[in-house]
Amino acid sequence: MCVADLARRMRRFFAPLLGPLLASLLAASAVGAQDFEIEDRRTYPGTGADMLRVISTADLDVFEPFLLRFQSANPDLGIDYVAVSSAELHRAIRGGAVFDLALSSAMDLQFALANDGFAQSYSSAVTQALPDWARWNDQLFAFTAEPAVIVINAERFEGLALPRTRADLVTLLRDHPDRFAGGVGTYDLRASGLGYLFATQEARSTDAYWRLTEVMGRLDARLYCCSSQMIDDVASGELALAYNVLGSYAEGRLGLDEGLAILPLEDFANVMLRTALIPATAERVGAAGLMLDALLSEGMGNGPAPVLPPLQARGEVAASTFGPIRLGPALMVYLDRLNRESFLEAWDAAMEQ
Amino acid sequence: MSGGVSERWSIARRLTLFLAAMVAILALVSWYMVTSFAREAAGRTQDNILAASATSIAETLRSEGGEIRLELPYSAFSMLGALSEDRVFYRVAVGDEVLTGYGDLEGPEATSGEARFATLPYRDVTVRAVSLQRIIQRDGAAVPVTVTLAQTRDGVQTIAAGLSRQAAVLSGMVFVLAVGIAAFAVRASLRPLNTMAQHLATRGPSDLRPLRRQGPPELMPLVRALNRLMERLGGSLRRSEDFIAEAAHRVRTPLAVVRAQAEIALHSVEEESQKQTLRRVIRAVDESSRSASQLLDHAMVSFRADDLTRERLDLPALVGDVAEALRPTAQMKDIDIALDMAPAHAEGDEILIQNALRNVLDNAIKYSPAETVVTLSVRNGGGEAQVMVRDQGPGFGQASATQLTERFRRGDQVEGVVGSGLGLTIADEVLRAHGGRLDLTSNEEGAGACVSLILPAA
Repeated sequence: MCVADLARRMRRFFAPLLGPLLASLLAASAVGAQDFEIEDRRTYPGTGADMLRVISTADLDVFEPFLLRFQSANPDLGIDYVAVSSAELHRAIRGGAVFDLALSSAMDLQFALANDGFAQSYSSAVTQALPDWARWNDQLFAFTAEPAVIVINAERFEGLALPRTRADLVTLLRDHPDRFAGGVGTYDLRASGLGYLFATQEARSTDAYWRLTEVMGRLDARLYCCSSQMIDDVASGELALAYNVLGSYAEGRLGLDEGLAILPLEDFANVMLRTALIPATAERVGAAGLMLDALLSEGMGNGPAPVLPPLQARGEVAASTFGPIRLGPALMVYLDRLNRESFLEAWDAAMEQ
Repeated sequence: MSGGVSERWSIARRLTLFLAAMVAILALVSWYMVTSFAREAAGRTQDNILAASATSIAETLRSEGGEIRLELPYSAFSMLGALSEDRVFYRVAVGDEVLTGYGDLEGPEATSGEARFATLPYRDVTVRAVSLQRIIQRDGAAVPVTVTLAQTRDGVQTIAAGLSRQAAVLSGMVFVLAVGIAAFAVRASLRPLNTMAQHLATRGPSDLRPLRRQGPPELMPLVRALNRLMERLGGSLRRSEDFIAEAAHRVRTPLAVVRAQAEIALHSVEEESQKQTLRRVIRAVDESSRSASQLLDHAMVSFRADDLTRERLDLPALVGDVAEALRPTAQMKDIDIALDMAPAHAEGDEILIQNALRNVLDNAIKYSPAETVVTLSVRNGGGEAQVMVRDQGPGFGQASATQLTERFRRGDQVEGVVGSGLGLTIADEVLRAHGGRLDLTSNEEGAGACVSLILPAA
């Protein structure tokens, strides 16, 4: 876990809401004391007694508009929203924690949960309308499609021709070691499940990945746990380039921070699916289905502007013919202990060069 | 009734039901076979993919510095996801030591070089599992490594169930079609039989002509048997008619001789009591002779009615002829025959109609008191030609028309009159054979009987 980032985010959320949230924070730490670590928690009491328990990796400030919209449509339902990291979410559900809906950006971990029998089947008109690639076995449902992008600080690229492929990027970085030394950031694969997923999928799809990793290692690349932190550092000019940043977060910041730009590459782009499942332990399956349907229909571009990139936007954001990372048993391959070890070994070797 | 329900069912129904049952069994069998083939094929497909996947995993096994290493190939798992959305479990173990995967997954016992399959329960579901073994050299020793791969069977079952459903629909359609065809075929095959039955049913009661229709060979024995039966029946009928005619004829001739001898004796005896006796003899002989004539007539009517000739008859002429023929008999009793003719025509056998009319007129003369009038009138109207015979005799009394036309039945006003009771029967039979009828009423103008011979007008 990236503790510094977590603490910072908690401060940001809690400062204006200290009073009313103190109670729920206490409750959250009570649950968290069980066996998983909670980053943030907020409850939205409804008019009825029912409380829908949602565990999610999405930041509350991004996700709250959706929760409020859902609650205004279903005022009797209370929502207990618990934000955790994807690894903690996986651990919590696997450990049998009781939640009605689990939303995660780590599609591989979510798939492992469904494969190992920790999810229950759900089917509705909305889930049937999903494209096949966005649904697995009526248990796992994708509600966003988010590409991995490269974010650059435009000032630090002044006078250079912007690369259009990974090979160009490798050449550019190699040719200007003094300009980019210490100025390149990417995910720490050991700390970030999402970074690991992007890296493994990219290594599988293009041989440029290892060359790029070697170049980044030579430039003393800085490793991060989270996209938002990388974007912060690119915006401040500390980094010239952040590799494999979650596109949705980057786009949200483009207008706010001068000099921040997305570098479009033509050769390949990973598209990650944010997925939802109803855990086997869920107690309010009906309410969970309601929220899942709302989430999916927003994801399919029905209703108000979704809080996260909808499934359809995938084509525009990533001019990629590769499509999103496929939901399927192949996702379990890089979760395998031996595979993970050997991949990380190779990555370490490339980075430390 | 000797048979059960099934023997009372029609052949068409029995055949159709039998064929339908057969088709149903065939449809069920073919559906069952397609279903099991589909299950088998889908299962085999899954087995093949599992085996290919497990093999490609086993291929990556290697020994490195005394440790057994492997890298799960991405393709091994992505091919498992290609067929269906089934859950996948795997385990790689050296003996009991689990290298990676689901430690609690127990596959079929593996042997070297051969993939072994089993369907077994794992966790809360049923999975299809494959195990295969590969020998790896570690530190100079051969170590068997087992790769076990399992997948749930939802996809296979969905495919098999889909094919089974399609097979069921097809079988159902084939069944309906085959039953329809069977019903049609049965009906078509039995049509000659029905036609023959209809043909026989619409025949007249005494039509014993052989069947001339050609039918399917299976029916020909029946047709021949029927024809032989009718031939025998016809022959036996003819023989009995011939016998009666012959008998009547033979009786009549000696009777004439007896009558002539009795007449001579009557003239030669003096004693009144003897004359009285002889007169009774003559009366009895007359009666017998008349009966014999009528029996002959009756036999003739039966014979001719079987094979009715139909010619156009001029009724006034016919009636005139019969009246002239009987006028001498009438004159012996001083009875006058009056004619009242209107033009009328009918179709039929002239001899028979004459015979019928003669019997009726003979009756009228016989039962009329002396010095009376018998009126013959011919009428035409309402599609019917009518010959009415009215007398001034005692009438029919209380007896009904049906009783009076019975054979050998006589009315109750006949005391002292010679008669056999066959006259009206003969007339009735003739008219029926022509599609007409005999009407018996009492005379509207005072006493007497009125007999109407009614024929369809031509």
